[in-house]
Amino acid sequence: MDDGWFVGPAGDDPAEAAARIREGRADAPADWPRLAVEAGFADSTADYYDQLHEASVAAARAGVHERERADDQQLKHAVRAMDDCIRTRTELAERLAEWGGSVEDDAGTGVEYARRLADREPDDPVEAQLTGLAARVVALDDQAESLRGFIERATPEVAPNLAALAGPVLAARLVSLAGGLDSMAKLPSGTVQVLGAEDALFAHLQGGAPSPKHGIIYTHEYVRGTAREDRGSAARALAGKLTIAARIDHYSGDLRPELEAELTDRIDRIREREDA
Amino acid sequence: MTLPEGVERREFDGVTGLATRGAPVSDEATADGWRHWDPHRSKLGAMLDRGMDTGLDGSEAVLYLGAAAGTTVSHVADVAGPVYAVEFAPRPMRDLLSVATDRDRLFPLLADARKPATYAHVVEPVDVVIQDVATRGQGRVAVENRQFLADDGRLLLAVKARSEDVTRAPEAVFDAVLADLEDAYEVLATERLDPLHDDHLAVVARPT
Repeated sequence: MDDGWFVGPAGDDPAEAAARIREGRADAPADWPRLAVEAGFADSTADYYDQLHEASVAAARAGVHERERADDQQLKHAVRAMDDCIRTRTELAERLAEWGGSVEDDAGTGVEYARRLADREPDDPVEAQLTGLAARVVALDDQAESLRGFIERATPEVAPNLAALAGPVLAARLVSLAGGLDSMAKLPSGTVQVLGAEDALFAHLQGGAPSPKHGIIYTHEYVRGTAREDRGSAARALAGKLTIAARIDHYSGDLRPELEAELTDRIDRIREREDA
Repeated sequence: MTLPEGVERREFDGVTGLATRGAPVSDEATADGWRHWDPHRSKLGAMLDRGMDTGLDGSEAVLYLGAAAGTTVSHVADVAGPVYAVEFAPRPMRDLLSVATDRDRLFPLLADARKPATYAHVVEPVDVVIQDVATRGQGRVAVENRQFLADDGRLLLAVKARSEDVTRAPEAVFDAVLADLEDAYEVLATERLDPLHDDHLAVVARPT
């Protein structure tokens, strides 16, 4: 195709024009302003540039939205894959420790033991199975680390404010639990506060059980590091700021460092209560 | 050497630096409607500040590859004619969009500079190609975008050694990129931008 972006059926529709900018192609550039005026698309070069400005800004904006929406879904998959790797690794490492303990006295536990075993030359069929299992544990551990690295790099791109406030991994978990950044941006702060505590929440709603004070945000230092009786307040303050951060990330995307300062302030004041 | 029309040396808080006139962008220094063009944040700004002969005189049509958040692009758009700004990453494109909103002859394109066919249906032939892309194959990108450049036009290129290969010595990387350029350009001048921009080589070239 060698047509300019302005050549198309519905010449006056801005959405159509933006779509042609995004999807069109040409083998070589041409004097598009002159051709557009000659084709009657624009009255003058100035008019052509005005229309191109409107269409190119709309096209870039739509493209950014689409690409970033796709990126938050990648984050969701990455964080779930990382958790799968860690869970499977831990399970296999336990099996390995149990089995290893039955054949050697100085068997250890965990990934550390697996790393030691994996490097060993097996002497008999049982050891061959053990080192094989150990190699799987090590590989899963490496993959989990690699996924964590990916999440730490990708989250600040997708959700800069949320990543700054929550840390990249917790931010990715929240996005994953919410089902995406756009879904999270639409959640009320009270829901963000208990994301990841669905079981406790439903037990509460069906009667009897106390309401959960926090979900996955418990892993944040501002909640975990606050005295038990003030954790509800800390969780509410953190969830409130995280909700605002997710909305800014989804709808505007610029980094607002003042959010972090406001949150630190609020947590400091909550913690002063326990010292008083 | 002469600065392009519309670029002047002005005083900001007691320090003299390059400046253009236009709508302010983020937290830069401004005075009397002039915006400071910080050579620390802009490779083209550093080239002009050092007195490299860029051949720019203002009012040209420009294709800018690797526009990023639009810091440099905003100054170029303040002085030049139509500016086509290509950037591939969505995140900086958001900032570039706010720069473009205030500049009606700046056209943002969310596209990959390695695939000129995806924007050739929008970009007209230009007088200047400015390239600052942080990818491998920076020389090849310049060669593939030669088609946009008028025969008497200029390529202003900032080569980032670390984007090509972090393990090789910058000098070796620069030589390799310059060799790639020879397929389509004659190099007129080169200058290292250290310490303003570590491991960057500025290149002025014209198409052959």
